[in-house]
Amino acid sequence: MSYVLKRLGQSVLTVFVVISASFGLIRLLPGGPLAYLRAQALQQGGSSLSTAEINARIAAQTNIAVSEPLYVQYFQYMAAMLQGDFGVSTRYGDPVMSIIGPAIPWTVFLTASALFLAFTVGVSLGAFMAYREGSTFDVTSTGVGLVLNSTPGYVLALLFISYLGYRMELFPTGGRYASELTVGFNLPFIASVLHHGALPILSMALVGFGGWALSMRGNSIRVLGEDYLRVARLRGLSTRRIAMRYVARNAILPMYTGLMIAIGTVFGGAVIIENIFAYPGVGFYLIQGINARDYPLMMGGFIIITVAMVIGITIADLTYGWLDPRAKGGATRESY
Amino acid sequence: MSPTERDGAAASGDAETNTNGADHGVDAVTEALTDDPDRFADAEWAPGGSAISGHARNGRVAADGGSAVSEFQQKADVSMTAGERRRQWLEERVLAPARIVWSDWRARTGVLVVILYLLMATVGQMLIAAPSPNQGGYLVGAFRTLEFPLGTTASGVSLLSQTVYATPSMLTMIASGAVFTVILGTVFGTISGYKGGTTDSVLMVVTDIMMTIPGLPLTIVLASALQIEGNPVVIGILITVNAWAGLARAIRSQVLTLRDAEYVEASRIMGMGTPTIISGDIVPNLMPYITMNFVQQARAVIFGSVGLYFLGVLPYNSVNWGVMMNAAVNRAGATSSPAAFHWLLVPMVTIIVLALGLTLLAQGADRIFNPRVRARHADTIADDDESSSNTTGGI
Repeated sequence: MSYVLKRLGQSVLTVFVVISASFGLIRLLPGGPLAYLRAQALQQGGSSLSTAEINARIAAQTNIAVSEPLYVQYFQYMAAMLQGDFGVSTRYGDPVMSIIGPAIPWTVFLTASALFLAFTVGVSLGAFMAYREGSTFDVTSTGVGLVLNSTPGYVLALLFISYLGYRMELFPTGGRYASELTVGFNLPFIASVLHHGALPILSMALVGFGGWALSMRGNSIRVLGEDYLRVARLRGLSTRRIAMRYVARNAILPMYTGLMIAIGTVFGGAVIIENIFAYPGVGFYLIQGINARDYPLMMGGFIIITVAMVIGITIADLTYGWLDPRAKGGATRESY
Repeated sequence: MSPTERDGAAASGDAETNTNGADHGVDAVTEALTDDPDRFADAEWAPGGSAISGHARNGRVAADGGSAVSEFQQKADVSMTAGERRRQWLEERVLAPARIVWSDWRARTGVLVVILYLLMATVGQMLIAAPSPNQGGYLVGAFRTLEFPLGTTASGVSLLSQTVYATPSMLTMIASGAVFTVILGTVFGTISGYKGGTTDSVLMVVTDIMMTIPGLPLTIVLASALQIEGNPVVIGILITVNAWAGLARAIRSQVLTLRDAEYVEASRIMGMGTPTIISGDIVPNLMPYITMNFVQQARAVIFGSVGLYFLGVLPYNSVNWGVMMNAAVNRAGATSSPAAFHWLLVPMVTIIVLALGLTLLAQGADRIFNPRVRARHADTIADDDESSSNTTGGI
């Protein structure tokens, strides 16, 4: 229980640190975003705007009231962020949350399905490769796995979009679903969502799955040589039980940490993939914000991605003890 | 992440080694007791004939009939010249690993690929003219003319020369990112694993926070807010700005198994400082792991930097593989028009080949440092037990 509390506390601390850092980036950097926003406001309003009006506009956009003392600015900014108020986008003119909010589920849909596909297919294939170690199947899969593992997801995405998207016109090259459909739980809509999501998901899943298959293969081969497996066989346990309880469980455990780190890299990867497929997810708006130098939108996107990741990793971390009994309980270690 | 993962393992490991040590002690004592002092007064023995072995002369009566020479006063009879030392060092550290690398096709390919790129960055510059507009026709396809083997861009720049001239800055970026990650990760991981207590807690909270922040988005935000110049060293560091955290975590768990080893404990009892123990006793044992991670980080830097250059969110001074891809898509519509597709394909293949070379090299590095493989040296490496390096990257 104390571990759960400690872990949750840590997640809250992480979110807090990230939001504070974004305040620092906006407020304190020399020649940073604040100066840019001020110049932008001056340019738009000409000389008719007074300093107070410019400050008010900046305050509305970034939740930072420049005329207040620094600590007041900080508290106001933190309070607004924690309430989900990320300011107003300078490019779209809407509150950042109303732009990014609807995009969150779509990004989670892409990344979660890609990670799930890569992990399940990779792990089962890796186990099978280990079982058939040295066969032609094993050698070919290892080669394919190595090449996929050395390919960045965006390269695959570009190949997919140019061949399957433009040349063969099998898949759409942008958007989340066909615009003429009614949004809701109906068959054409779901089909369209899957159709639009297929290429982004595949390009993320395929490059990941080689790595999973190779590490699962290595782990399984290592486990297959262990003595406890021979003992299990001598005890006359069923093959199924040996495969699931003894081989699979012990081979997957070391990969669990990798899974946690993967959750992190997935959101970074999604930024590039979403932009290639013009898929309006969080990463897409993050780059829109960057290109338009729309700092409120950019910071909002970054904070949202971080929070999503913190949640994912916390869940993964808390379920770790359930998978690996050795990870339970706290340790007391003498310090030197 | 479990704080306890090591306890069971370390405890059992200790017990095992202790009993072993005791066994040796008993053996040595019985041997000494039954020792015949004349046993070593061997007429055929001559200095320089055997390896240095102070222990072999233990118990021998001194020539003047006085007291026997103690083990602690004894000096080696044979001393190695500086040249011998150098040769032995070369044999142990360079030649043997090189033979092992060469015997494994994966490592061999990896080394060849990396050498190829290094040559491209150095010699390639002298052989191939710098890229400039109107070198040749517009959008010449790949493998059509001998003059422009990889084709040209929409403004007639040779793709081959662009690729070659992009290599030095890319390699600098990769190296700086990998060095930064490995140094920071090693420092954080070893100190927090070795010191324990409050130091460990504080360092690990920092590490965990860095690990949870998404890397590429953080790089994007920093690059646009900091107004950095296109210096490849700075960008390499920026891309790995939080990649060291994962390495620190992994190294910490390795250090936890080492911190209670006998030789570390001995150093501690002798009163050596923490920096001495960490750099002298702990880090050498982690070198295999650190080397493998260096190679993997290098690959991560390529993926990250090219991706962000492709998106056009990083500043740049010179031509670059990611910038080439960006230009191909944005200026010539390479995704939708077949005529410009080679423009996109050339940097893609360049990246994949380098990444593949590094992956193979990482697997080879695993073999060099694997003591079981090393013991067999280069002679009997035919059997192919696939060592699983941490290939889990990307998703």
